[in-house]
Amino acid sequence: MPVITKTSYSEPNQKGYFGAYGGKFVPETLIPALNELERAYKEASEDPEFEKEYLYLLREYVGRPTELSFANRLTEYYGKAKIYLKREDLCHTGAHKINNAIGQILLALRMGKKRIIAETGAGQHGVATATACAKFGVQCVVYMGEEDMVRQKLNVDRMRLMGAEVRGVSSGSKTLKDATNEAIRDWVTNVEDTFYIIGSVVGPHPYPMMVRNFHRIIGDETKRQLMEMEGRLPDYLIACVGGGSNAMGIFYPFINDDVHIIGIEAGGLGVDSGQTAATLTKGRPGVLHGSMSYLLHDQEGQIELAHSISAGLDYPGIGPEHAYLHDTKRVEYRAVTDAQALEAVSLLSRMEGIIPALETAHAFAWLEELMPTTTSDEIVVLNCSGRGDKDMETISKYL
Amino acid sequence: MNRINKVFEHKKNEKIMSLFITAGYPDVTETVDLVLGFERNGADIIELGIPFSDPLADGPTIQYSSNIAISKGITIQGIFDMVVDIRKESEIPIVLMGYINPMLRFGLDNFFTAAAKAGVDGLIVPDLPLDEGGMIDELARANGIQLIYLIAPNTSDERMQLSDQKSDGFVYCVSVTGVTGAREGSEVQQSVDKFIQRSKANITKNPLMVGFGIKNFDDAQNISKEVDGFIVGSALIETIRTSYPSEQWKEVVFDFVHQLKFGYSRN
Repeated sequence: MPVITKTSYSEPNQKGYFGAYGGKFVPETLIPALNELERAYKEASEDPEFEKEYLYLLREYVGRPTELSFANRLTEYYGKAKIYLKREDLCHTGAHKINNAIGQILLALRMGKKRIIAETGAGQHGVATATACAKFGVQCVVYMGEEDMVRQKLNVDRMRLMGAEVRGVSSGSKTLKDATNEAIRDWVTNVEDTFYIIGSVVGPHPYPMMVRNFHRIIGDETKRQLMEMEGRLPDYLIACVGGGSNAMGIFYPFINDDVHIIGIEAGGLGVDSGQTAATLTKGRPGVLHGSMSYLLHDQEGQIELAHSISAGLDYPGIGPEHAYLHDTKRVEYRAVTDAQALEAVSLLSRMEGIIPALETAHAFAWLEELMPTTTSDEIVVLNCSGRGDKDMETISKYL
Repeated sequence: MNRINKVFEHKKNEKIMSLFITAGYPDVTETVDLVLGFERNGADIIELGIPFSDPLADGPTIQYSSNIAISKGITIQGIFDMVVDIRKESEIPIVLMGYINPMLRFGLDNFFTAAAKAGVDGLIVPDLPLDEGGMIDELARANGIQLIYLIAPNTSDERMQLSDQKSDGFVYCVSVTGVTGAREGSEVQQSVDKFIQRSKANITKNPLMVGFGIKNFDDAQNISKEVDGFIVGSALIETIRTSYPSEQWKEVVFDFVHQLKFGYSRN
């Protein structure tokens, strides 16, 4: 396995590959749209006016920069390294997803697209997209699995309140995977006037790269803030990983640094239970939703149903860049179970007065494993990617 | 000469009819018999669909048939066995059509070797555009499996020409932007004329087959008047869906096939 040397990281390549992962595995109909998107994104990212408007909106509308909070009671509780939380839960709409939705809607408007579609699992990306569409007065259709619509009813109501049309998807497992299939089918059909805002670092090139870049502000801010507060880089960086957007956002600016980076997958009922969403831990390389990455699939290559208590992590795939970072061992990937995540929700709520999203709670749960191995002169930064209001119905069943 | 080229060579004065059927639908025990019946009733080429759990280029009909086939325990090896059985009685060209993931999981080397050995002639992979075709181009050539690429109304002239170069057997014109599925005739016809003209100008090496949205003889004749033939999938599966498992279901299906090709009932 190749090991990434410092300052050498320049993925993806021209064809959208992170090592062996990524690419454009889509029907021919979508190729012109992806090429158009690639050109438009390249132009936009070289245009200072685009960046200015993106940063303006993140500041004035999203509320960035988000704080890097010192978790003093949690730090005392473990009695080891200092724990800092990157407070993406304080973003407008309650999670990091809005960074990407704002970036992509600016791009859509620049490309003259009149109609926005999105897929959503936990509903956070759907809410972020509906929010951005309301802000700019653009038509918005969100695909959401029917099971997720039940689990995340609050977010369905929020999207509808902001004028989005939420289309329930009843095929397959009725979760994020199936919502994504349906969004891609919509895009194939309405490719001329429709922009597909993908909500994670998944999908065909250039999405994994573009979504990462729209979220890298999380890591860039973290680095600056920690330098101001501590005068140095963290020793550990932790984030939860479903598709992997909050994780790529905070990891990416640290890839060339001497930082131990850990991504936490959703183990569901246990990684060997058959009821899991731990794609890197239990999956194998394959192609789903437009890119080559690790997947949960059976011997015949049929996609297996993922399971996680968290709708946002309940996905049988993972972004191709994570697959690459996994194989190269630059990032360590671990899994925690539903039960561990629930315990972490209640611990963080009582210790810090922060109710994390169930997704985010997976990253917190890993502190139980990690903290005893740290020392008091070390620093751990955890991406607090979203708040848990949307999960109260699920959480209260276990209280 | 291989079977696909032979069909186009020998049937220059008629529209070539290619029929798509999901392998294992409505049951794994029916596929061989259906294919042989399709041939007796006018099919010139068979596209045998390899079911996939997440067929993102397909509409509800093929999604449905794929799910049924998977629930009946279809496997890729089982599909190769079906081809072997068909080959005992028929020389009809067989094109496998399927998404890349099941092939990757089977192992690409093994897949192409086994396909050639079973008697498969061609392969269509809807989620493998030219850009990614490099992973199978050589294997296909080495095993004598003809690769067929798709072009759509929004495909540029340059890409059409490249598809022609990279394809072997025929090029598949997707008549509308969208997923598979039967559509209203006028919806298909209006948008398709210009596209067909452009396709003809750019596709010079291979025959042209047009598909997506065709549901009866008139659709088929109208849409294929300027090209070599037409492809029907969803409308055929829909016919099976509404007649299976009634006593006469196969007769109903075969008569539908006969009408598609010839414009009149065989009864």
